Amino acid sequence: MGKKVILIEDERNIIEAISFILSRDGWEVKTHSNGHDAVEVVRDRRPDLVILDVMLPGKSGFDILQEIRGDAELGATPVLMLTARGQQKDREMAERAGASRYMTKPFSNAEVLEAVRDLVGP
Amino acid sequence: MIGSRIRERRVINGLKQAELARRAGISASYLNLIEHNRRRIGGKTLNKLAEILGVAPVLLSEGAEATLIAALREAAARSETEGRAGAEAERTEEFAGRFPGWARLLTDLARQRAELESTVKALTDRLAHDPQLAASLHEVISTVTAIRSTASILADTRPLEPEWQSRFHRNINEDSQRLAEGAEALVRYLEQAPDARSEIMSPQDELHAFLEEHGFHFPMLEGAGGAARIPAVVARSDRLETEAARSLARTVLEQYVGDARLLPAEVMAEALAAHGPDPAAIAAATGTPMPAVFRRLAMRPEPEAGPVGLVVCDGSGTLMLRKPALGFTMPRSAAACALWPLYQLLTQPGAPVRLRLRQGEARVLALTVSEEVAPARFDRPALARPHMLLLPDPGPEAAGPVREVGVNCQVCPIGDCEARREPSILGRGF
Repeated sequence: MGKKVILIEDERNIIEAISFILSRDGWEVKTHSNGHDAVEVVRDRRPDLVILDVMLPGKSGFDILQEIRGDAELGATPVLMLTARGQQKDREMAERAGASRYMTKPFSNAEVLEAVRDLVGP
Repeated sequence: MIGSRIRERRVINGLKQAELARRAGISASYLNLIEHNRRRIGGKTLNKLAEILGVAPVLLSEGAEATLIAALREAAARSETEGRAGAEAERTEEFAGRFPGWARLLTDLARQRAELESTVKALTDRLAHDPQLAASLHEVISTVTAIRSTASILADTRPLEPEWQSRFHRNINEDSQRLAEGAEALVRYLEQAPDARSEIMSPQDELHAFLEEHGFHFPMLEGAGGAARIPAVVARSDRLETEAARSLARTVLEQYVGDARLLPAEVMAEALAAHGPDPAAIAAATGTPMPAVFRRLAMRPEPEAGPVGLVVCDGSGTLMLRKPALGFTMPRSAAACALWPLYQLLTQPGAPVRLRLRQGEARVLALTVSEEVAPARFDRPALARPHMLLLPDPGPEAAGPVREVGVNCQVCPIGDCEARREPSILGRGF
């Protein structure tokens, strides 16, 4: 049985590509593309890992991360943050908000696979 | 000679001999002897004079030579911390003495380099402050990410079913088109950006260049239908190069049209004939709110209202509108002098001020009033815009004592100022 991952990202073709490589790697992938109700989706789905884009329509990835970390039941879920800005400030913000790992676009497929495997042990 | 340097410095600061002597706690005749190099001076008196004149004591005692040597040492120390040793620091004085021209050239270059470095730093920071640039780049990077990921699936996945293959091909095609458009938009934006030219102009600078070009007066917007003519006025100007500046200009002109509706040109001309440029009398006679009277006075042609200056700031103290007049100088970008009565309205919006100001050689009468632009709510306070009108100084009989103010600290010669937040560059250039 594959582990569950939720990909919260608004770029359609990134969703498609990442879903594909994760599915081929044996993950059960669910995707979501807006910020408003992202936390509810995570709550319903109870994934083993969340991949979260910083810039989302409706709500910032940082706010969503903060809500996840503040939730008693979801708080321990590993979260991989994706961003298009590699600035030190954003990295610090992500770390403060409690990101388990931070990845700057454009990343390679191999990097994504390595990161998710690291975050969710066998 | 120390005395001559003190005298020179005092004249630059616009201080009378008697005034400087009084503030330094010495007699005017003694200061006169000092200034003519007939008395030696040192220690406490020198320090006190330097403090009042806003310069380092060493600048008075040793003169520019000392400044040159200090600047050379600084340049040498700096290049050493960057790992480029080799300047013979112990022979700095000899160098400055034998080749003063070369030494000055070197310190000038070092200073210019430091300035350029800070400009580069400011530009690097641009991504954080330019939302349009950040958004365009974000778009490009997102598309690149999708392409990279999709391309690597196509290259590396064996076997890849034909349905997936054609799907990813379609995606790549789509994204490459988006990337081309995004990159093109980015190049266009960067080429247009005012920063590409030698002078870095902010939208505020463009707005003020536009207003100055028109003398802050727009006859074509007066009268019925003025609002409809705003777009044409904005479009015709080649001072307004960015959309941000055009949007600022539209806001200012909309307010201009609104003010002209409250106080039409004929009414204004009559009121000026009857009362002169007295905003309180004009407001009372016409029933117009004071801030609109201020703006109307400042934006009428000078032959009609006389020389009138105006500054408007927002709640952060940022200057939003500035029309210099009567020799009263206003900083272009940096924050102004904290002693301007304009800022008193930030804490007491309901308490207008009428005060004579002295700024260097300029003497003006300042009147301030605050305009509420949004009422208070429970989730935020009222938003106000303090206005300061500048009129010709009527003299002490009519308007009382005078307050000495500056432009901003960097170019301010006032020596022992409690409102100072950074040293003056005038002290260094002696």
